[in-house]
Amino acid sequence: MNGGFHIVVCGSIVPDPLQTLAPIEGPTGPALKNELMLPAVLDPWAGHALYEAAHLAKNAPGSKVWLVSLGPKAKLQQLMMTIAQKVSFELVVLDGPAGGFTDPCEVAGALAGGIEKIPDLDRSRLLLFGGCASASRDAGVTMQMVGERLGITDQFLGVDELTVSEDGSLQVLERIEGGQYQVSVCTGAPAVLAWATGNLPEPPNNPQIGMMNMRTIMPALQKAQPAPVGAEGVSYLGVELPKQRRETRIVKDLSVDEIAREIVEWLKG
Amino acid sequence: MEKILFLAHTQADGTLPSAAREALSAAVDLCRGLAGSSLAVGLIGQEIKSAADAIASCGAARFLAVTGAEFAVSRYASDAAAIESLVRQADATLIVAPATSRFSRAIPGVVQRLQGRIETHISGLDVADGKLRVQRWYYRQRMVATLTRSHRPWFLVVDAGVFSPWEGEAGSASPENVAAEFPENCTRTRVIGVQSPSANTQTIRPEADVLFVAGAGWTKKQADGELHVKEAEELILDFLKKNNASLGSSKSLVDQSVEGEAVLPFMSHLNQVGQTGSTPRHPKGLATCCHGEEPHAVGWRFINERRAINLDANCGWAQGKADVLYVADAFQVMKKVNELLGQ
Repeated sequence: MNGGFHIVVCGSIVPDPLQTLAPIEGPTGPALKNELMLPAVLDPWAGHALYEAAHLAKNAPGSKVWLVSLGPKAKLQQLMMTIAQKVSFELVVLDGPAGGFTDPCEVAGALAGGIEKIPDLDRSRLLLFGGCASASRDAGVTMQMVGERLGITDQFLGVDELTVSEDGSLQVLERIEGGQYQVSVCTGAPAVLAWATGNLPEPPNNPQIGMMNMRTIMPALQKAQPAPVGAEGVSYLGVELPKQRRETRIVKDLSVDEIAREIVEWLKG
Repeated sequence: MEKILFLAHTQADGTLPSAAREALSAAVDLCRGLAGSSLAVGLIGQEIKSAADAIASCGAARFLAVTGAEFAVSRYASDAAAIESLVRQADATLIVAPATSRFSRAIPGVVQRLQGRIETHISGLDVADGKLRVQRWYYRQRMVATLTRSHRPWFLVVDAGVFSPWEGEAGSASPENVAAEFPENCTRTRVIGVQSPSANTQTIRPEADVLFVAGAGWTKKQADGELHVKEAEELILDFLKKNNASLGSSKSLVDQSVEGEAVLPFMSHLNQVGQTGSTPRHPKGLATCCHGEEPHAVGWRFINERRAINLDANCGWAQGKADVLYVADAFQVMKKVNELLGQ
């Protein structure tokens, strides 16, 4: 691939999955209780996309990675303390809500607008990465909408593997039904790849990468563009936690044979 | 008055996937519930006549179709062009479609093109006071919302397993052919084929009655201080075979493959259930050697009856997440279970 890829990764924050979440009615619609106080992490599938982007950039000389994040500036700054130590990227900050109750159309509009403003972005070499769904709204539609807004008609969803050939063509493995992969080959960039888990582990922290990234991250946070996305036209009639809590029967004093017999009866019942 | 379009694509054999019949059920119910509304069917595939005939009596006033060799494969550019043409031709205000991988990829782009709105992972639809209300989950099945919209067109992508498949008499439909406008470079992407993650074992079975979840404990040192990965592999595969169960996994187990630890060779990230995995729908689920922490347990939201085997009586399953927790050694229990199932 001559000149490498320009890889833009869309990804933001979600509440740490170990946190207890409770919905409340906010001034503009549903929100999470203590949302701004909840510890946050990089959205897991977007995180995989970022690590895959960094890996690809490392192996395709001349490539560059941008991370475009829509979220509250202060929370993104906290997140960068960990993420920035893992892989090299240039940050683009869109200062707005990162919660799940925003509309993906509005989010896609803000992300596409932010990407269009990236200076020196070569759209002919663009690979648009992101998670196949967020851990907040979990709609699985935002990347396709951003791609469509940017005029990219080669799109892949639920990607676990990308192989770049010497001629720049992309072989992509996408998750499909029944635990199988669809294998496709695209002639090259531009393309949208909404990642599932991928194949890479989370990179270890590297303070040198962190220091290098921080030179651009702090100015990026200062230059954050406001992105007041919401959910215009949506009427939420109710948001609630599932009520079902099971009365767990804890079986401690049965023999292995008795447990097995009980399980088989249940399975056959 | 709503103009409802039910969208579906055919499979390689020309039939509709079961998820499509379920979505058709939802569309038909919706048409009955929304006074004055009409139903049309839009089909995509290389050849759709037999699929159209199979649902000919569903009550649709029109059958529209985009057909041809280009639409045999699941590809964003051609699928988006086909869906866009069908929605425009039907002048649809509500579009109901199944959440297949093919439509999940293509429909959101069409929503953008048509300046519509979309709801995915729909787990319930009802009509109250003449208004359509949609139910879907947020934060990976942590909370459920009911919502409505005034914006049209509104695309409704229905999860599999929510509605009963449509059943009715086959007949003879007369689909109107709709021309899809192909964008330039539409065939830059070629579909090469389909690949299973494991060459010799198909472990993910969405139609299975039982989900069997294996946790990282299977690959840890056991009471004798040794690893028993081979034995774990045999026990799990034997159970899956005898019970025709689907295999799920905790994140920690599938992550071991990229972290260089002992692994079960048939297990991949595709098996992962939970926050960053899938949320399958099965009548029963049996968790083994898995702690049942919240990020994993959210993937069990749609498992009706839940049992777990774990050595820790205080694990997550004991905290109201399972119906029964057996405090026992899963190796011993599953060995005996397999023996009993084999009798």
